Amino acid sequence: MKRYGRTTAVDGLDLELPAASVLALLGPNGAGKTTTVEVCTGFLRADAGEVRVLGTDPAGAPDALRARVGVMPQGGGAYPGVRAAEMLRVVAACSAHPLDPGWLLDVLGLTGCARTPYKRLSGGQQQRLALACAVVGRPELVFLDEPTAGMDPQARRLVWEMVGALRRDGVAVLLTTHLMEEAEALADQVVIVDHGRVVAQGTPASLTAASGAQELRFRARPGMDVDGLAAALPSGYGAAERTAGRYVVQGRIDPAVLSTITTWCAGQGALADDVQVAKRSLEDVFLELTGRELRS
Amino acid sequence: MTFPAGTFTPRPGPGSPGRMLAVQAGTELRLALRNGEQVLLTLLIPVVLLVGLTLLRVVPLPEPRVAAVAPSVLALAVMSTAFTGQAIAFGFDRRYGVVRRLAATALPRWLLVAGRLAAVLGVVVIQVVLLAAIAAVLGWRPAPAGVGWAVLLVLLGCSAFGALGILLGGSLRAEVTLALANLVWFVLLLAGGIVVPLAELPGPLAAVAGVLPSGALAEGLRLVLTTGRPPAPAHVLVLLGWTAVATAVSVRAVRLR
Repeated sequence: MKRYGRTTAVDGLDLELPAASVLALLGPNGAGKTTTVEVCTGFLRADAGEVRVLGTDPAGAPDALRARVGVMPQGGGAYPGVRAAEMLRVVAACSAHPLDPGWLLDVLGLTGCARTPYKRLSGGQQQRLALACAVVGRPELVFLDEPTAGMDPQARRLVWEMVGALRRDGVAVLLTTHLMEEAEALADQVVIVDHGRVVAQGTPASLTAASGAQELRFRARPGMDVDGLAAALPSGYGAAERTAGRYVVQGRIDPAVLSTITTWCAGQGALADDVQVAKRSLEDVFLELTGRELRS
Repeated sequence: MTFPAGTFTPRPGPGSPGRMLAVQAGTELRLALRNGEQVLLTLLIPVVLLVGLTLLRVVPLPEPRVAAVAPSVLALAVMSTAFTGQAIAFGFDRRYGVVRRLAATALPRWLLVAGRLAAVLGVVVIQVVLLAAIAAVLGWRPAPAGVGWAVLLVLLGCSAFGALGILLGGSLRAEVTLALANLVWFVLLLAGGIVVPLAELPGPLAAVAGVLPSGALAEGLRLVLTTGRPPAPAHVLVLLGWTAVATAVSVRAVRLR
């Protein structure tokens, strides 16, 4: 548990991360993701509870632990005037058997800006340099705090590929993100946190399948009577017009239900167009659990 | 395939302390020499003061003027690098997250500080060589017996001002550090016994300046380099005292960001 004054940032988070696996800590801003990473890396001391990372207490024996762990802190971290290549070399020198910094800069597309001062790198370049610093020491366990924030889609794909390669080679990866797509694509285990507590956890598949709910989306003439549609369906089904002309029906979708919907639309003189049957995405699960309002 | 199988197979372990120190200190030294404001503070201003105070009679000094000016400017150089430059760099390094970045590696805390101080020593060596050479051209002939003592005083000055610089840069916000480090530099330059010898300062001010690291270092350097005699015990004790106090407070007060 970690408190700041009267605010409890993290409360009773149980995480288990085996080698060669990826755990995604998913949650809205302020959920306690970064606090969790900082407690696990020994930058913050938990106010209560037990934390063991690779068998040691991160608050007690940081040097021995840090030699085995790679950290990508949020916002990176570099001397303001340092060149990208210089920074990576400083971090590489802290490890006994580092990866070749020149090669790492090359695969991360940073060779062109190897001599550019850190302050003048773009946000995405700074992120890639921070990622290089996290993995250059060949750690057993890597903490990536929002690794793809500010990256363009190409760079994000590359990072995903790297996370996959880390996992393949036996590294345990804990990453925080608020991108559902990222958690779904990378993680073996997803832990959804909000207000410092776990609200759901499991594999991406189990989380999206948990409720068993499905939905059918279609387009038609705006302003149809959705209550009438719901009445035409068996009990337990819901219907709504999400935005003008875009409808959604929630419940188990089978051929009879689909037929009922299209027949009802025909009765309204409307053609149900662009019909899609969708499983809930992780995003739906996330929004259901953490609410749809914007966080201050 | 961008990452061949086995690329990331874990092989962790801390680097050798010597290599960590050399790479960190070397990088910080290069950064200090690349930074225009740092070079202005640590090299240009001392050189201008050395030449200016020797050639222009704005401050009353015994002849030959360079004999009094050169040790004063060496003291200024130490203060500029170890205290003002160091505090500002440390403050902004914390702001930019590099201190946490390095603390998150296998680099132990003591090496993190040692690397910074080694970079400071590197800059001081460059300053001393450059300033001594210019002073020699201006006719400076220091007492040979005092040179060893002067090296000792410079090292003690680096530790006292270095510890104070770490304390200031490590505990306050970067902007506050920037303002305070420059203000303190200016006040100590004029009233702290550096350009104006203690004997020329008004009584109470001279008493205060005598127990400041600036006064102890500058008076000590002027004494050993003009007479060749060892420094007064007070000079050494004042510098050691500031080192001890600043180190003790730093251990508690310095934050990684």
